[in-house]
Amino acid sequence: MSAGSVPKPIASTSSFIDDRIGAGNFLKRNLRKVFPDHWSFLLGEIALYSFIVLLLTGTFLTFFFKPTMGHVIYDGSYEPLKGVMMSEAYASALHISFDVRGGLLMRQMHHWAALLFVAGMMVHALRVFFTGAYRKPRELNWLIGVGLLTLALLEGLTGYSLPDDLLSGAGLRITEGVAISLPLVGTWITFFLFGGEYPGEDVVSRFYSLHILLIPGILLALITAHMILMWVQKHTQMPGKGRTNNNVVGAPFYPAFMAKAGAYFMFTFGAIALLGTFAQINPIWLFGPYTPADISAGSQPDFYMGFLEGSLRLMPAWEINVLGFTLPLSVLIPALVPMGIVMTGLALYPFIEQWVTGDRSEHHIAERPRNNPHRTSIGISAVTFYGILWLLGANDEIAAFFHVSLNWTTYVGRVLIFVGPAVAYFVTYRMCLGLQRSDAAVIGHGVESGVIKRLPSGEYIEVHVPPNEAIEAHMRGKTAIPVITGTSADGDGIPPKGMRGPLGKLRAKLSKAYGGEKIPLDGEHPHEEHAAVGSGEDDKSLTRH
Amino acid sequence: MTDSNHDIEQPDGRVPKRVIGTPSPAADTALLGTGEQHAGDLDVPGVTPQNEATAKKGEKFAALCFTIALIAGIGFIVSYVAFQVGDIEKTKVSNLALGGALTVALLALAAGIVVWVRMIMPKYNLVQERHPMASDGQAREYVAETFLQGAAESGITKRPLLRRTLLLAAAPLGLAPLVLLRDLGPSYADFPKKLRHTVWGEKTKDGKHRKLVVEGTGAPIRAADFNSPGGILSVVPEGYEHDLNALAKATLILIKFRPEEIKSGTNLNWTHDGIVAYSKICTHVGCPAALYEQTTHHILCPCHQSTFDAADGAKVIFGPAARPLPQLPIAVDNEGYLVATADFAVPPGPSFWERGDAEAEVRENGGHA
Repeated sequence: MSAGSVPKPIASTSSFIDDRIGAGNFLKRNLRKVFPDHWSFLLGEIALYSFIVLLLTGTFLTFFFKPTMGHVIYDGSYEPLKGVMMSEAYASALHISFDVRGGLLMRQMHHWAALLFVAGMMVHALRVFFTGAYRKPRELNWLIGVGLLTLALLEGLTGYSLPDDLLSGAGLRITEGVAISLPLVGTWITFFLFGGEYPGEDVVSRFYSLHILLIPGILLALITAHMILMWVQKHTQMPGKGRTNNNVVGAPFYPAFMAKAGAYFMFTFGAIALLGTFAQINPIWLFGPYTPADISAGSQPDFYMGFLEGSLRLMPAWEINVLGFTLPLSVLIPALVPMGIVMTGLALYPFIEQWVTGDRSEHHIAERPRNNPHRTSIGISAVTFYGILWLLGANDEIAAFFHVSLNWTTYVGRVLIFVGPAVAYFVTYRMCLGLQRSDAAVIGHGVESGVIKRLPSGEYIEVHVPPNEAIEAHMRGKTAIPVITGTSADGDGIPPKGMRGPLGKLRAKLSKAYGGEKIPLDGEHPHEEHAAVGSGEDDKSLTRH
Repeated sequence: MTDSNHDIEQPDGRVPKRVIGTPSPAADTALLGTGEQHAGDLDVPGVTPQNEATAKKGEKFAALCFTIALIAGIGFIVSYVAFQVGDIEKTKVSNLALGGALTVALLALAAGIVVWVRMIMPKYNLVQERHPMASDGQAREYVAETFLQGAAESGITKRPLLRRTLLLAAAPLGLAPLVLLRDLGPSYADFPKKLRHTVWGEKTKDGKHRKLVVEGTGAPIRAADFNSPGGILSVVPEGYEHDLNALAKATLILIKFRPEEIKSGTNLNWTHDGIVAYSKICTHVGCPAALYEQTTHHILCPCHQSTFDAADGAKVIFGPAARPLPQLPIAVDNEGYLVATADFAVPPGPSFWERGDAEAEVRENGGHA
């Protein structure tokens, strides 16, 4: 593979480095590292590149932003607010918007990148979940991912509280209302966070150091760990021809993947610049400075906080007073429970699944969502739960737009939040089985060829041909989900020790329901009405009932 | 349907033992510079070179994209100098020019690289083996042995005095950062007491009741002038118009009713001539309950839609708030201005752990705190 000699400047630089740190060995192993290809593998990259844009634009913003709550009289170039008393933070945010060239662009790009960052993480997490890419050996990276998502929400919350405009203050007030509702420690947390009574004069500078130093530092460290683990463990791949659990098929890191990743970064950056230029976001100058006495109707948080807003709106007015103490369930439950269910559920899922299936083997082939119907149904159920809460976070807008009663959106929501996930589970499960059946039909009977044949009996049938090799290989990537049986391996009918108690019995039951092969690909062919009659052996017919 | 972008030249199923496409050790010095002129040398399974015509076309197209990016990049720098900011219109133009140029530059660069990858670089279908993540048994054994040996050598296992004093020594240092956080909070610790009182309970410097003033203008309110039924005002305490901490608890909504509209839930002793003052701070999580519907007398909090009946002591009729908005006792002073005669009987704003059922206490005490 001689391709000429390395140009001198590169050769001398690289041998300088190699002489000192032995980089050659690393490069030898890694330059041609193979990366598998699938569109869904790009979703996480959106989040990664958005994070880089956040660091770049955020650094620019820190050069001009003044994170203090001291009062000043605004004297910048935005006429409508001239002479208005406001915090220095808000004044400097206005200064960035109107008196710094490119300041508005950077502010808007920063906000858009934040939205894209969280959205990218969410769809990436869904991809990993639905394809089972979190399975052994990738559970650690999955946990890092859950941590990243949680931190990103916190980073967003501390970020949009900084400009100290009326909208950001409303978010802060709700944060305070939630914090102070916590039993035992609520008032302590609140008074320590705000340095006294709400709103005080400390919270912006405290959130600032969290937002620009502590949380992004942890994010950066975790993202690095996330990347290193992905690199070491190699990416999962979709099932397909020539792809096994023991190989990786795709393009080499150098030069193809490197260039593609570079292009994708530019695309993400460009898309954020496009949004930052043409799609106005968070026009703080329209909201005015924060005062706890005012609010504008239709105040909405950033999209990723919408589900918390929705759950707060949905909750009935429950409050318990016992022995002189107050337990504001109408705040505690909606603020903690949905978030708890989603995040804890995400974090524990790989381990629960392992417990249920007893599967301790490594998995490097991504599962198609249909091939693990219970997992897919659980996932869609959770998405529905989240989605309903998220929609209800905007129930005032929905009521206004569709001219329906605001109160009824809440009543309907209170029912939907329980019924919706259940229905979603059932429907998804049936859909998965249906899709598995359709795969089995394609494998068992081939695909329609468009050729109509007339049988000697006078009957017409359509000739079926075997599916395309690549498609067939993709479908044949399906493997049965492992099941732990309630009986021991020697078949004497006595369950092994761990499976005898009620928990063991439950585990066996769950395992039986969760695992196994629901619709075998090469199973018995469904009742065939029209036998294949054809030119060759491969000729098969398919009749769908 | 299919996820494979390229066809695979290997036979199905089996794992190829050779790592195809990785450079041979001999090529170590030639990792770079796989130029077009050597396309013929790329006779490696899984690497399908582009045909020259496509590559030529790709080169031209990519070059066009890069040129556009260059021009747009220069445009960005020029825009920075050419367009100043300073008012809404100017900022708008500057933002459009800078953002537009940046967008074009980045997207053109991205497009150019994609063309490069797709039309000039070969099609790849390389296969690499995976190895189990776990290290082999020998390595594990070695590590375990070394670990035990090291622990023994260090003496930590058989010298308990060393171990225990070390642990003890670490404990206070671990706590030190937590101690340091104490001054994040205020010097006092009777937080609930703070939350129970607002500035309405404080007399003014000259010992009079505190006036209600209109939010924004700061004008005191003459009861006789606030006389149209259905009228509503956002009200703040005199002397604290810009004190956000005070406003976060003491802001009011003032509503004028016809006497016959007021229902039993409202404490008539605390009203003046059909004028009722409620805390504006929602009892749910503290947003200002700023919306008022005149015909139904409903006060609505825009955050989570808690709805209160203003005619009936602001009791909750919908939404997540669990308690009515506290009513403030008001009267007129000798000049006819509205004043607060006392503080709220119960703490305004969101619930907190130490709050207790303040409303029940007030009822037991016959309407007084």
